[in-house]
Parts: sequence; C-alpha cells; structure tokens
Amino acid sequence: MSTEAAPLDGPVTPADTSPIVELAGLSVGYHQRGRTTLAVEEVDLAIAPGETVAVVGESGSGKTTTANAILGLLPSSGVITAGRIRIAGTDVTGAPDRVLRTFRGNVIGLVPQDPMVGLNPTMRIGGQIAEVVRRRGVDKRLVGAEVIEALERAGVDQPAVRARQYPNALSGGLRQRVLIAIAIAGHPRLIVADEPTSALDVTVQRRILDHLGGLVAETGASLLIITHDLGVAADRADRVVVMQRGRIVEQGEPAAILLRPREPYTRHLIAAAPALSHAGGVVPHFTDVTPAPEVLRLDGIGKDFRLPRTAGGERTFRALDDVTLSVRAGQTLGLVGESGSGKTTALRIAMGLEKPTQGRVHLDGVDITDAGWSQLRPLRRRFQLVHQNPYSSLDPRFTVAQTIAEPLVSFRVGDRASRAARVRELLDQVALPAAFADRKPAELSGGQRQRVAIARALALEPELVFLDEPVSALDVSVQEQILTLLLRLQADLGVGYLFISHDLAVVAQLAHHVAVLRGGRIVESGPAETILTAPAEEHTRELLGAVPGQRFAAELAAAPAAASHQTRQKGSGR
Amino acid sequence: MPDKILSPKSDRGPDLVAAPEQRAAEARAAAPAAGAPPITPVAVATDLAAAGGAAASTVTAAPAPEPAPAPAVGDAGVDGENRRRRDDLFAAAGPLLRRPGFVLAALFVAFVIVSGLLPSLFTSYKPSATSPTDKLKGPSLDHLFGTDELGRDLFSRVLHGSTLTIKATGGAVLIAIVAGLAIGVVAGFFGGWVDSVLMRIIDILLAIPMLLMALVIVTALGFGLLPIAIAVGVTITPTFARTTRAEVLRVKEQPYVEAARTGGASWGRVLARHILPNSWGPVSVLAVLDFGTAVLTISSLSFLGFGTPPPAAEWGTLISNGRNFLITSPWLSLLPGLFVGLVVFSLNHIARTLEEMQR
Repeated sequence: MSTEAAPLDGPVTPADTSPIVELAGLSVGYHQRGRTTLAVEEVDLAIAPGETVAVVGESGSGKTTTANAILGLLPSSGVITAGRIRIAGTDVTGAPDRVLRTFRGNVIGLVPQDPMVGLNPTMRIGGQIAEVVRRRGVDKRLVGAEVIEALERAGVDQPAVRARQYPNALSGGLRQRVLIAIAIAGHPRLIVADEPTSALDVTVQRRILDHLGGLVAETGASLLIITHDLGVAADRADRVVVMQRGRIVEQGEPAAILLRPREPYTRHLIAAAPALSHAGGVVPHFTDVTPAPEVLRLDGIGKDFRLPRTAGGERTFRALDDVTLSVRAGQTLGLVGESGSGKTTALRIAMGLEKPTQGRVHLDGVDITDAGWSQLRPLRRRFQLVHQNPYSSLDPRFTVAQTIAEPLVSFRVGDRASRAARVRELLDQVALPAAFADRKPAELSGGQRQRVAIARALALEPELVFLDEPVSALDVSVQEQILTLLLRLQADLGVGYLFISHDLAVVAQLAHHVAVLRGGRIVESGPAETILTAPAEEHTRELLGAVPGQRFAAELAAAPAAASHQTRQKGSGR
Repeated sequence: MPDKILSPKSDRGPDLVAAPEQRAAEARAAAPAAGAPPITPVAVATDLAAAGGAAASTVTAAPAPEPAPAPAVGDAGVDGENRRRRDDLFAAAGPLLRRPGFVLAALFVAFVIVSGLLPSLFTSYKPSATSPTDKLKGPSLDHLFGTDELGRDLFSRVLHGSTLTIKATGGAVLIAIVAGLAIGVVAGFFGGWVDSVLMRIIDILLAIPMLLMALVIVTALGFGLLPIAIAVGVTITPTFARTTRAEVLRVKEQPYVEAARTGGASWGRVLARHILPNSWGPVSVLAVLDFGTAVLTISSLSFLGFGTPPPAAEWGTLISNGRNFLITSPWLSLLPGLFVGLVVFSLNHIARTLEEMQR
C-alpha cells in the first residue's frame, strides 16, 4: 500500500476511487452466557476516498460496534457472525490482530469519544504523537518535526510548548485536538471520529468539527463521523447513514434526509435535534411572557476563588463579577455560557452551597446569603437541585423508591405508607412504570436515571428547581424527552426552573428568560424571544451560530411541509 | 474500579451499558430474556436480564426509546422484595462458586473455623494426653500429623491450637475494623486539622515494624489471649484507617451525597446511609486480607514465646517446639507450619477473589 504518500500529496487521484472501507452484509454479535445477541445486522457500507460519512443513531443502535468492527477493536465477547469487511481492498474479516495492526494508524485513524480519558496521563503529548509517527517508519531525527506539524495541523496553539506538556494541563477542547493530531499523524486514509465532540461545549464542538472537516478536505482523506445528533451529521457529512437497532434504516445526502425523511425513526431524530425541528433555526418555545412574582434573586453577586500561590501571579480568581439574576415563579430562567463562564458557581451560590464574596441572595424576599445549613434547611423544601450527570447523582446502593423518598425521610414527611404512595405518584409524573421502584440505578439508562433524579427533586413539592445541565450527558433524542417532561411538569405543578446549559438550542425549548454569561459577567439578559431572535451581543450570536443543524436552514424553511408535523408534535405547553 | 460502575459512559464499549432501556426495548421486541448485552461486570448483566424480564412483564406498550408509562402493577410488596434479595444473593454467589480455587479456599477456612471451635468433632485424642510409648511417631492413619516427644497427637494439638488462634485473630480484626473505621471516617469526613493529626499518628504507627510493635504491646500488657488480640489489632489498624479515609474522601465528593444534602439530609444520615455503605467494599476486602496477616503475626508471637503459656498449644508454639526435632522428626515443625501457611494462603485467595469481584 502506498499509505506514505497518498493522503498528503493533495487530492486523491481520480483513478483511486475504490472504497477504503467496504462492509458487506456485516453482522456483529456479542457472546453472553452462551447466547449471541446481535448488535449489528447486515450492514452494507462503503466509504469512498475523500468522502465524509456520518452514522447517526441512538445509544445501542450499533454505530460504535460498527466502527469498532472496522478498526478490529471489538471486545473479546464480540464476534462477526456474517458478512465481510474489506479495508483498502484487503479482506480483513476475522483477520488476526497482527494483520489488523498494519491498517490501524496508517490506513484508519481513530479519534476516540472522550478526550478526558483518551490520552495517557503519564506521557507527554509529544511522546504520544511520536508513537504513531514512528510506526510509519519515519527517520528518528524527523519525528520531532512531524509531531509539531501534526499538532499544528490539528489546530493546537503553541505546538512546541504543548508537545512537552502532560494531558492534565490541557482543556477538553485542546485534548480533543491532540487526539485528532494523533489520528492524523499516521497519515490515515480514513479518520473514524467516534462522537468526537459529545463531551464538549457547542462552541468548541463547532470549532473542532470545522477543523476536522478542513483537514479532511485538505488531505483528501475520508471521514467517518459517529454521532447521536442528526444536526451534527447533517452539517458535516456528504452522506448520512441512519442506524436503528443494528440496522441501517435510511441513508442518503443530508439535504434529502432532512427534507424528505422516509423512515419514522429518521423523523424522530429530526424532531429530537433542537435546531432541526424548527427548520434549522433556534426558536424560543415561549414567546409571550406573562409577568410573575420573583422567587429567587441574585443581587450583584461576586465570587473570588483563591488560587494556589505562584510567584507574581494573581492571588485570586474572579469567577463571578456583579451578576444579577432573577427567577420568577412558575417560569424558567435559562443561564447560558461556555464551560468556565461561572454558571455552575452562580447556581451553587443560589443553592447556598457556596458563599458569595459580595452581593446578596434573596429567596422570596428573604435574605439567605449568610444563612448556615441548619437555617437554610427549612428552606430546602422550597428549592431542589437536579445534577448534570445522572450516572453519579444516584446512590448505586439505593433503589429508585429509596432515592425518591429520601428527601421525604429527611424532612420526616408522612409515614411509610404515604411515602410509598408519593413515590408511586412521582414515578407516574416522570413517566416511569411503578415497577421501577424496586430497581437499582445500574439497571436504568441515562434518561431513566435523570427522570428518577427529577422525581427526587420534586418529592418535596418545591417552588424552584435548579437544573444543572440536566441533559448534556444524554443522547439527543433522550434529551428531547427529558425537556418535554420538564415542560409538562412546569405546566402541571407550576414549578420555576433555573436552567443551566451551554447550548442555546436546549435553553430555547424551555426558557422564558435567558441570561448569557461569559467570563463571570452577564453579557446579555432578557426575555427568551429577544435574546434568541435579536441578540445584541456578538457572543450570543456566536453561541447561536454554534448550534448544530443549521446547514440546511434555508432549505428547511423553504419546505415547511417536511418539518410541519414536528412543530405540531411540539406544540404542547403554553 | 467502583468509579467505572458509577459512570459507565467513561468506558469503551458501554454504549450498550449506558442504554439498558434501549436494550430492554429490543429484548421486549424479540425475546424477553435475550437482552443481555456484552458487558463483563456480571452483576450488571444479571440486573439487566432481570430488567428485561421485569420490563417484559409490566410494560406492554410498543417498543419505544423510553418506555411509555405502563399500568401500575400495584405494590411490589414484601414477597417481591424477598425474591429480589434472593436473586441478588444468587447473582453474587454464582460466579464465586464457579471458581474452584475460591471454593477450596473457602471450604478449608470453614473447616479450620469449625474444627477450631469444636475440635472434638474431628479428633478423638486429647491435646494434652501423653502416651510415652507412642512418642515421635510419623504421620499415619492413627495420628494424621504424627506425635510429639511426649506422645501427644499433633493433629489434635493443631486443631485445639486453632481455637486460640481463631479467637485472637477474630478479636484483632474486630479491634482493627472498629478503630480503623472510626479513625478513617472521622479523618476523611471532617478533614482539615483533625485529618492531619490523625493521619500523622497513623503514619507513625505505619513506620514501626508490625511485629516489633506487637512485641512491645504484648510485653507491656502481659501474656494471654486478650493482650495478643489487642497487640495485633493495633498493628493492623493503620491500614484500615488509611483505606477507609481514602474511600470516605472519594464517596464524600459524589454528586449523590450532595443530592442527599440538598434534599435536607443531615450529615449523620448521609454518613450512615450513603458514605459508609459505599465505602465498605474495599474495607471488607482488606478485612479478609488482614485475617491472614493477623494469623501470621499471632503465630509469630507465639513462636517467639509471647503467646499463651504452655501447655496450651498455639500454632506458633507447636512449630517452635518441633524445631528441636527438625532432623529426626521433621513433621513436628513442618506439618503445623504447612497448616498455618495453607490458612493464610486461603484467606489471601478469598480476599483476592472478592477484590476481583468488586471491579
């Protein structure tokens, strides 16, 4: 194979049009206790040189299994039960690792899912890239230069400095870029990006994907994007492949998929992507906001964190600066910002979990700024918190019923029987079957766990629920279900939300008021409609532009028929 | 590691772990029990299978990404809970029983404990009955371990020696668990200067060789069962305290602890219901492991003559006595030594298996 030269020397020659990867009738199963469960069934997929293909599906749809099969990285329980995999014309079905290894890195490069665990924490960045470069047989003296070049091409600033740093010194976005650098350092003909940006902010996501797309166009390599977000797929790909339960249900050009989806499942995915469901734009759910009394008010909040002592450096870090927010009864305030903008700090101060350096916190007109935990405790019944990550916010040893009933037990509300009844009622409110009461969190999916966490927050009938990125750890389609649930609960129970998110499209579905936070300061705040449709600040426009799924906004808007049934579905609420 | 269980998203492959609901939905579509996805942690897998089954029995709606609200099946009731507990027990015991090494080790330890508490079940000889005609006999069917220089049956003496060692070991580990857990929880929970002071004391204890410290304590307290238990207990307390502290520190930062706090739970409740149960795993493994250490230390003490005074036979004393006849009658030292070795080895093996299970 001429893997050395092909990708870098400009566009691929027209003669070389045979697919890099070809899957024919591929079925992959997992052995478990003598049974084989099929995770991928009869998948046909060919990726031509220079093509960008996106595989879209929910968790468990087999998209990652497909990618792993291509890379030969199936776990030991995974077996190819039928079909063929050809890489660069060679049949590698069931080939031993020794053979597959010759393709990895040089023919196929992988950008793994989670930048936080994808790098070796004990090795310098440069060393990790050098491993891949050396495998190409590059002369020892040239490896260093190639490493710097790979970092540069992946869009890492100060590549020479970064190469000598360890992963812990880098932010999530930078780590993702380093992973891309590792992938491209092998000069692969195909880059497989497995949910490359799911763990990142929307703005970082856009920058990374822009860059990846640019690299692919520049080198003529192919790109296989695995994602759960049809918006991302449609924005980036030449061809979108929709997978459901291990099968390809639909594929085609993104515009065709979006404008004329044939399968109900595809329509479901379109409805789930916040921007796609509104014809490629961010449309606020609540357009006219009725005045409501104020429940929570943050008044000129400032928060300084002490930094570790460094010579000549700043002694404190200002996380929040003169932040004023108010949450109104029965309404939602969406607090938007990138990571590090101070939105979680603001929430923790509002919850009384942190003390502000300056400013006051008022709950229903009562100043709670200096209240200790025991003074605050009676007030806890009136405001509750839903955490970001449902995988760690539930005690693994508690059953669902115990978890939901815990606040009731803590406040000695009711007796055993009335608590059990309340748990059933709450399970019903969050649309979980009553039989779930006996289950442990390990038996639940992410969406179900978040429903349990919401039920726990509602147990004490609070006036105000704090939602700390409650959907950012979930699939797009599960996100949409949770958001719908939150809307319904607000309509039914009249509870107010302080909703924190990095994604304006998510906030748009829920918020009456929006405040945009950047670097600890409020950039812009006001009614959702004003902020989302007529933003005054550049940063807000940037956040709006980063929402995936806007590539075909014009076409979608021009063909309202395709999207109309979605809006009808979403027309519930006020 | 426990973290992995908490956040399956961080794992590779567990796209599938992360979504039992979709798997369950698939299972419902096909066969109820076929929903077992490719995950290694067995507990999760069985839970999932159970989830599939339960879902199949209660949710009749068409397969959907998130199960639609199903008709309530009323109270799960005490019966269901019991059945559930039994299932959990089987799920936990099943994989253990499939490990022959573990079964052998467990059986041997069980034999030692039973024979130590009721030695007369396994031997008809009195441990102190002398028989000058039968002295220094080799191992045979009559005398499994042979006889010593006074004609006493060695097997009987080993079994009767178990009684003392088991009691001392139990006492030592109990002391270590109680003291170590208390110190670890207080240090981990309160942090700050309390933590610093306690941990420096623990550091000092760790710096002194274990046997030396045990010797010092025994010398100070006098001979006998209780002093030995206390001495050995104190020497193994530091590791317990350290492990407990590390676990408490880890669990204390978990969002579910914060969730319980914001739900109005007092620190006492959070400690008892969330932090302790979730910290217990590694500590329990250490407890089993330290049984072995305690057995060794106690035998060493009695070997050096710091154990219970004669004629009571302790394992260390037996080995020590046999030294005089090592050339002519090697079984007098070797067989009790082998016995102690097997006990410690079995305990270590059990601890190791349990540790692997927890991952």
